[in-house]
Amino acid sequence: MFEPFQFEFFRNGTLAAVLTGALCGLIGVYIVLRGMSYIGHGLSHAIFGGAVVSFVLAWNFYLGAGLWGFGAAVLINQTTRRTRINADAAIGVITTASFAIGVALISRYRKFTRSFDAALFGNILGVEKADLVVIGAVTILVGLMIFFLYRSLLFTTFSSDVAQVYGVKTGWIDTLFALMLAAVLIASMKILGVTLIAAALVIPPITARLLTDSFNRMILLSTAIGAGAGFVGMYASYYLDLASGATIVLTQAACFAIVLLITSLRKRLGRLIHTHV
Amino acid sequence: MEPIVELGRVSFGYGSKPVLENIDLHLHHGQFAALVGPSGAGKTTLLRLILGTLQPNHGTVSIAGRSLNGGPAPQVAYVPQLETVDWNFPVTVEQVVLMGRVRNRSLLPWPSRDERRRVLEVLEQLDIAQLAKNHIRDLSGGQQQRVFLARALIAEPDLLVLDEPTTGVDMRVAETILHLLGDLNRRGITILLTTHDLNAAAAHVPWIICLNRQIIAQGSPEYVFTTETLNQTYQGDMLVLRHEGMLFVQQKPHGHTYHDVIPHPVPGEVPSSAEWGMKRSDLPAPKGVL
Repeated sequence: MFEPFQFEFFRNGTLAAVLTGALCGLIGVYIVLRGMSYIGHGLSHAIFGGAVVSFVLAWNFYLGAGLWGFGAAVLINQTTRRTRINADAAIGVITTASFAIGVALISRYRKFTRSFDAALFGNILGVEKADLVVIGAVTILVGLMIFFLYRSLLFTTFSSDVAQVYGVKTGWIDTLFALMLAAVLIASMKILGVTLIAAALVIPPITARLLTDSFNRMILLSTAIGAGAGFVGMYASYYLDLASGATIVLTQAACFAIVLLITSLRKRLGRLIHTHV
Repeated sequence: MEPIVELGRVSFGYGSKPVLENIDLHLHHGQFAALVGPSGAGKTTLLRLILGTLQPNHGTVSIAGRSLNGGPAPQVAYVPQLETVDWNFPVTVEQVVLMGRVRNRSLLPWPSRDERRRVLEVLEQLDIAQLAKNHIRDLSGGQQQRVFLARALIAEPDLLVLDEPTTGVDMRVAETILHLLGDLNRRGITILLTTHDLNAAAAHVPWIICLNRQIIAQGSPEYVFTTETLNQTYQGDMLVLRHEGMLFVQQKPHGHTYHDVIPHPVPGEVPSSAEWGMKRSDLPAPKGVL
């Protein structure tokens, strides 16, 4: 039962999966409630472009991709605020263009020795100590920011216009949120890959939403589901010999399906009892 | 004493389209005012200028003597239109009300004992304390309006701004809400609201501002609600009836007027109570209707 834990790569991978799962679950609540589910998908693609650019310019991956991702998030935010373009369209234009830059650079510099497969599909078994330090630092940073900005973030997410009237600096809150989101995506990129991050951002919060009508409980449940699925997915991937990132997302999807089934049955049963009493 | 709301020659437009032109408006501490006008008259835009979420193209906006300069208004609370609220958002009544305390800049996510006590007090004041743990979707229209009123009151505002607080609720609930606002006004809170319900405004609000891109008139309902003023404001045929000290505003129906069905063709006079009380079956059939 504890066999896989004797391997350091598995221990590192599991810790990384639990932390990134929890992070994505936590920040995903705000993304889903803001109606921006598509941003995780888009921004992770934008960050891929940044990762390629940072490699070409011989920058540190986290610094280059981080700045690129944050820049893309701020640009989406400003485009939506200052023009008549909706968020989904802005995300589509900015992130796809950014991804295209990455693809174009890869095709131009064919001498790349570094594989970008890991960035696209995740390589949880290749997690190194330095990656764990980054994930740990992002977890602490995002955790603290959400803790101290909890009230302002909740009000801005619920009703940005009204929050502004009550003294919340919504422009700052949106910028800080973009910074947190970019940090979470970069920390999760090596674990889950560009193609799977969006699922990890959306599935835990919508599962939690089915279980509760309270924002506080939704935050706790979504974080717990993300972390739990990270652990179970890693463990299952070892015995089933499947790709870890995909197994984690499939675990989350299974969790969502079970919760959806149970809550739907409970609702129908409740209606049935109500009509017969 | 300086006005709590002071707008000097304010103009605003979205792009090249003017929405408000040369607005001069003063509201004094303790006033209870309603902004009326047709859809697109600029009522919500005017509220947003007062709230500081929009900046005028020309002119100045001051709240309690402080120029807004695009920043949020000090000690102002706002109750938005209910239809703008996301009713599926996972928040309880208590959580919504606590949002009103955001100015306190508490660094802890959870409310202090004092804040919980204050929330309960405000909810009790509005008679919805038993709903504190309910989800906002599970309330009636009147209860929902009270929740957002509670969020505004917990901020202890000097000025309370409400956007169409009586829209989407039935007549009885609308009357209760306006009574409640009257009580709050008597406790010293200045109130400015927008409404399409002219009869409710005439009955409950002592100061009316007629707006249609410009301020057409302002004053007491008796002064403002005249056929001429309302026709100018709404660009339509409005009828004002006065009966036993009450004002009734009605739009003239097309094709036939009430004179066709009520036998008292004297302009400005209303039928007797008995005639108002006639059953539909007692009335002669309207002309042109089988």
